[in-house]
Amino acid sequence: MKAFTSVTGTAIPFIEDDVNTDQIAPIGAGARMSEDYAHTLFRHRRRGPDGAEIPDFVFNQPQFRTGAILVSGRNFGCGSSRESAVWTFLAIGVTCIIARSFADMYRENCLQNGILPITLSDEQADRLEAAVVAANGASPFTVDLHSQELSGPDGLKISFEVSPADRTRLLEGLDDIGLTMKHRAEIEAFEKKMAEALPWSQRADASSL
Amino acid sequence: MGRSLFDKIWDAHVVCKRMDGRELLFIDRHITHELHAPHAFKKLKEAGRVVRRPDITFSALDHTPASTPGRDDTTNPEGKPFMDAVRAASRENKVRVFDLGDAEHGISHVVGPEIGMVLPGATHAVPDSHACTVGGLGALAFGCGTTELEHVLATQVMALVRPKRMRVHLEGKIGALASAKDVALKVLSQIGVSGGRGHIIEFAGPVARALSIEGRLTLCNLTIEMGSRSGLVAPDDKTFEWLHGRPWAPKGAMWDRALAYWRTLPSDEDAVFEREVIVDCDGLQPQITWGTDPAQVIEVNGRAPDPSALPVEQRGAVERALDYMGLKPGEKIAGLPVHRVFIGSCTNARLPDLQEAAQIVRGQHVADGVFALVSAGSASVKREAEAIGLDKIFRDAGFIWGESACSMCAGANGDGGKAGERILSTTNRNFENRQGRGVRTHLVGPALAAAAAIAGKIVDVPQMKAGD
Repeated sequence: MKAFTSVTGTAIPFIEDDVNTDQIAPIGAGARMSEDYAHTLFRHRRRGPDGAEIPDFVFNQPQFRTGAILVSGRNFGCGSSRESAVWTFLAIGVTCIIARSFADMYRENCLQNGILPITLSDEQADRLEAAVVAANGASPFTVDLHSQELSGPDGLKISFEVSPADRTRLLEGLDDIGLTMKHRAEIEAFEKKMAEALPWSQRADASSL
Repeated sequence: MGRSLFDKIWDAHVVCKRMDGRELLFIDRHITHELHAPHAFKKLKEAGRVVRRPDITFSALDHTPASTPGRDDTTNPEGKPFMDAVRAASRENKVRVFDLGDAEHGISHVVGPEIGMVLPGATHAVPDSHACTVGGLGALAFGCGTTELEHVLATQVMALVRPKRMRVHLEGKIGALASAKDVALKVLSQIGVSGGRGHIIEFAGPVARALSIEGRLTLCNLTIEMGSRSGLVAPDDKTFEWLHGRPWAPKGAMWDRALAYWRTLPSDEDAVFEREVIVDCDGLQPQITWGTDPAQVIEVNGRAPDPSALPVEQRGAVERALDYMGLKPGEKIAGLPVHRVFIGSCTNARLPDLQEAAQIVRGQHVADGVFALVSAGSASVKREAEAIGLDKIFRDAGFIWGESACSMCAGANGDGGKAGERILSTTNRNFENRQGRGVRTHLVGPALAAAAAIAGKIVDVPQMKAGD
């Protein structure tokens, strides 16, 4: 996994609550094995029924067609577990998503892809949103995971919390499967123990065990 | 201190703490599906890894097959590459595929319980958020993304942070016309789409106990819409009776041994929950979503909200939902014309759901201009329904008696509606554009969906009674 240490660039304001993964990365008819994720991002909301782009929609505005940081509202990423709802943001350069709260699976999918999910208090989020809307893409924002600090124009500084485990994993870009594989012996021992204690749990077929 | 059902399942499956503090939770039963698995299998191969436990890993083909009667895997040409990719990768890894035409074909969340693969006290993973469905049997399930799927394939564990516990007490006795779906929608209307975030929900109380197993599966199916990754109902005699004799359930002496263990699973009297909520379901009437998130719920006799009566900060979202749904503030929901009706999905396509709908449909005919589709949750449900003549009731009434697939719920197989159409759907998500661009989805239970197909409009409770 790609490490995350810090990012500096455009902060995109998409201030809505309960943004769901069906909006972020629609599936619908025409599912393809390989997808242009930048095109998928908010596919329906970006374009009118005739296929023409809606110029006012945030991600269609010239300053926000790509970016580094996304700022949104409560319960960001609710709905399905589709990881494409994370890959679509990576496709436009976003590696940090800041919200008032995240849906559980979405937050996990961010971590799995080297995207830093930051949760802010209402007071912090109010300040950041105001600054990001005011900047309108003209001034960069910086998120530094080492110092756990977010900074922006006019001396804006906000400290944020990330659990030490998630922080280390992101900073070092650790391979999650590799980390778990270090415990192979424990997994094997567990399987053996379960095969004796709850034998039916280790067999899945129509046999009578 | 007493332990909850969740604690007991979790504790029994923790392999160890990983160096970063996450707990490695062993997964007893893993079902992949063709929409997300091909990518994970590919990454697995690229990393030189193999499936650790092919004997407890399975692949379902549910998202992309056409629902068209008599379909094969070429009927939806866009689905074929997904199905072929998962077939090839599964074969390579010695993973069994529940293929089209197999006795075990169907939606993974329907098949797992019905064949007795998913059992009380078991852990279960599917790269699909509705994995939580099987909580109705007292199994702890986790929906996951593609990278987590790859992790489970390679290691048979998930690396998780222990969630908190929440208990929802479902009090009272629901009305005669209401079913499990209405209970779930009622809970959603009370706790909202993020009410369960960070928690595993245990549904308790007289309503949970009174629900059939299929009803409990429907109820738990919607826990992800409440923001919770998993929901549970404690297993009881009803659960054991339902499971006994299912093809993959333990047999003979092993059944007795499993049963003795399962009886220890329900939450202790003094179990601690970080959050407890009471939902009064007494006399509950059929519920329906009016808006574009599954917590925007009213009684079917009710009216859409009027934004001007709401606090200022709530108005924007409500106005946007009303606009998308083509509703006027305060408009009565009954009487709105319906263009399509879908009875299906992992939420509401088990046999009792189809029976509930068939009871309304029997001897009636779908209204002119209404497209009505039934897609059984699995090949087995379809067979059982046909054995008792439900297919004839639906077909005689003008419904399409489709093959089993996720179909119009996710729309990944091409099933869906056209812009501006109003769909009454027994599914789980009424998000904008989910069932097709500009489509207006109302989530309901099977009876209300069936009644709307016959009437050509949303019908209220007295009309449902009259049609009975």
